[in-house]
Amino acid sequence: MLLRHTTAAVAEREALTINPAKTCQPIGAMYAALGIHACLPHSHGSQGCCSYHRSTLTRHYKEPVMAGTSSFTEGSSVFGGQANLLQAIANIFSIYDPDVIAVHTTCLSETIGDDLVQIIAKAREEGSIPPGKMVIHTNTPSYAGSHVTGFSSMVKSMVGYFSEPSDTRSQTINIIPGWVEPSDMREIKRLAGLMGADAIVFPDTSDVLDAPQTGKHVFYPKGGVTMPALRRTGESAVTLALGPAASEAAAKALDVKCGVPCETMTLPIGLQATDRFIDAVRQYSGRGVPAIIEEERGRLIDVMTDMGQYLQGKRVALWGDPDQLVALSEFLVDLDMKPVYVVTGTPGKVFERRMEKALQGRVPEAQIRQGATADMFLMHQWIKQEPVDLLIGNTYGKYIARDEDIPFVRHGFPILDRVGHSYFPTVGYAGAIRLLEKFLDVFLDRRDRDDPEERFELVM
Amino acid sequence: MKPQETQKPAANSVLDQRKRQVVTKGDALFDIACETKSVAGSVSQRACVFCGSRVVLYPLADALHLVHGPIGCASYTWDIRGALSSGPQLHRMSFSTDLSEMDIILGGEKQLYRCLVELIDAYRPKAAFVYSTCIVGLIGDDVEAVCAQVSREKGLSVIPVFSEGFAGTKKDGYKAACDALGRLLGTGSTEGIVPHAINLLGEFNLAGETWLIKDYYRRMGVDVVATVTGDGRIDDIRRMHGAALNVVQCSGSVMHLAKRLKEQFGQPYIRVSYFGVEDTAKALYDVAEHFGDAAMMDRARALVREEVAALMPELMCIKKDLAGKRAAVYVGGSFKAFSLVRALRLLGMGTVLAGSQTGTKEDYRELEKICDPGTVIVDDTNPLELCAFLKEKGCDLLIGGVKERPIAHKLGLGFCDHNHERKKSLAGFVGMLNFAREVQATVMSPVWQFVPRPSGAAERTP
Repeated sequence: MLLRHTTAAVAEREALTINPAKTCQPIGAMYAALGIHACLPHSHGSQGCCSYHRSTLTRHYKEPVMAGTSSFTEGSSVFGGQANLLQAIANIFSIYDPDVIAVHTTCLSETIGDDLVQIIAKAREEGSIPPGKMVIHTNTPSYAGSHVTGFSSMVKSMVGYFSEPSDTRSQTINIIPGWVEPSDMREIKRLAGLMGADAIVFPDTSDVLDAPQTGKHVFYPKGGVTMPALRRTGESAVTLALGPAASEAAAKALDVKCGVPCETMTLPIGLQATDRFIDAVRQYSGRGVPAIIEEERGRLIDVMTDMGQYLQGKRVALWGDPDQLVALSEFLVDLDMKPVYVVTGTPGKVFERRMEKALQGRVPEAQIRQGATADMFLMHQWIKQEPVDLLIGNTYGKYIARDEDIPFVRHGFPILDRVGHSYFPTVGYAGAIRLLEKFLDVFLDRRDRDDPEERFELVM
Repeated sequence: MKPQETQKPAANSVLDQRKRQVVTKGDALFDIACETKSVAGSVSQRACVFCGSRVVLYPLADALHLVHGPIGCASYTWDIRGALSSGPQLHRMSFSTDLSEMDIILGGEKQLYRCLVELIDAYRPKAAFVYSTCIVGLIGDDVEAVCAQVSREKGLSVIPVFSEGFAGTKKDGYKAACDALGRLLGTGSTEGIVPHAINLLGEFNLAGETWLIKDYYRRMGVDVVATVTGDGRIDDIRRMHGAALNVVQCSGSVMHLAKRLKEQFGQPYIRVSYFGVEDTAKALYDVAEHFGDAAMMDRARALVREEVAALMPELMCIKKDLAGKRAAVYVGGSFKAFSLVRALRLLGMGTVLAGSQTGTKEDYRELEKICDPGTVIVDDTNPLELCAFLKEKGCDLLIGGVKERPIAHKLGLGFCDHNHERKKSLAGFVGMLNFAREVQATVMSPVWQFVPRPSGAAERTP
């Protein structure tokens, strides 16, 4: 029992996070920046931050993750990191030659008070930024928000640095996919494409963090949203922000800066959220929904009806990021399942209200917690008080799954011990079928393992 | 229009400022620059002070490890190293003071105090370590004072670890960890420790390696008092000064502690390595020699004979597959690189590139001595350089850590994790066989027939 010390009784903790359901901002900024083509993320802080983020992203994606660091020393912590960043920018352009350097700060450089705008201006003055190249930045103090906030801030910075106001409106739809997998971004582009929409998806990590084996290490893989595309986001007809926590800030900034109207939606995970997404794209693209998408939807509902009996009434505990949790919960309720415990370490105003809506009044016993002490330890204590039938969340759930012997489906970030998330989406109708398959697999495998011989069934 | 793959930098992949950190054996004057700060902007594979201290202390399984800072530092180091414990599992939990904006403004001392008290009450650990992160150094929390207060109130050792990330390199973190351990030295009773007793330093019990090594010594008639820190326990550290000898592996991480034990208690130390047949045998013989006990030496010889005889037939079979293949080695500590070069040679493989994140001048001279002419030796390299050299030299295998694995695979090279993500014991005689099997499996994998390899491609003959 790895978590043998966890007690069922919940003692209110004033401080202290045990087994967190979040991590810090900079890694989110790094992940978002990797969704720009030929961009080198840069961590303005100590060397360890960058190393940890790269290692974690590498463990999740099984891909090389490139990023620079200002390599702070004791000197920089006293005198500020300007000299380091100036040197870094010059070095990076001369050796690694990216199109964009996307700098994010850390708790260290934030507390020192480095002024990134001024430092970047100085780098330009000194001629270290070649013509046509860009250095962008975002502020990601680790002591505020979470990895989701950091992601959101970097996407917002993309708007701030690139999007250009325009007198004319194009037919293009901006889609901000939120912190989802490369596979999900690919699926979102496929769905938009099927509906004939001209879409700019940003950031876009497909073909970056799911790159094929080619016998070469490609420093900047072919994927990622390009600088020209980012500039054009300012003249698009609309922005669809998928998930308020990860995407809304950028969409609103784009509205303010360039007058592109925006709509914030639930991540298209599950039936209803995908319906709303498809409907929104349909409205703005002005074309109908093609039969192929109708059929995908039909197949999803077919699986829901065929296998519903194995899912009904199952109690589920979920943890992770707010946008995913809301979408998953809505889908679970549509499957007649009960998301009873929901925990996110990411702070934010609208989460609880959105969760309430997602539960559709059908899970009165649900316990929802967010913020500092909303962690895996609390989740485990709840489970000890009254168990659940299924766990859904990132890899860190495996301790609870093992100790309490509960079926476990991995979803979210990070997944350090399985593959598939990079390649198979969970958004869209096809993605929902994949989720269903995963739920059913863990439930039915369990029955095949645990049912007494006389109850063991061939057909299920 | 989709952008095309941008196959960037190639012409000159070594940063000007780094040129002295790369040398080739056979160069007229071998003078490598090392122990320097990384060049800003370089995609270095190095980590920070905090990382170094965490690596060393984390395997102490009955201690509480509280990370004082914002959440990231705790969550990225949550159970990521496979340092196994035969008993308590407290070290696998992640505890953080999770500092917020207000704590940064008002100071985090109260938060730290509350967290410590709550945790100690809940878990009753044998001792507690409090790791200072970057921000704590900056806002000036008096961690020492808070630790002392809680120590008094709760009656156990609460030890600050001064591991602010920016205050040096990973190596300085090792020193910070050793300083923290230093506070426990000499505080326990040495009663019952036999004359032929040693401590194992720098052995982290990855994949159960400490257990294996302990068993070898046990068979020689040597007791192990404490391991620093694989499967480690606080009470063992308190009495480790009672052992006759410190046997130090991974010298980078714990040498500081060994030196301190020598100064404070006159305890001698020897440096060893458990990677490869030659080095493991030497590690056993050196201990027997230290005790000057002929019977013990006989037992060691018998053990080595027996173990080597058991693995040689298969090793020779594997060697047939691997003879003439080329390897590159890039690891954290340089001492490991020596062993790997030797172990690879036993498999008939040459090493064309060898390097480490944190080697000293002395280490690199030693490395140069054992390498073949033409071997590139690098300090604190980065992916771009690494790729350029791997291509130029034509490799079949890269040995490295987490961040190097996908690079090797993208290039079409075999890969072996000789860092903390190893899944099988690579130490000792059994470890040599595991290592050989792993190298064979990856170098000769059928997958390579489907991908282009840069050069020196291994043809798998059916």
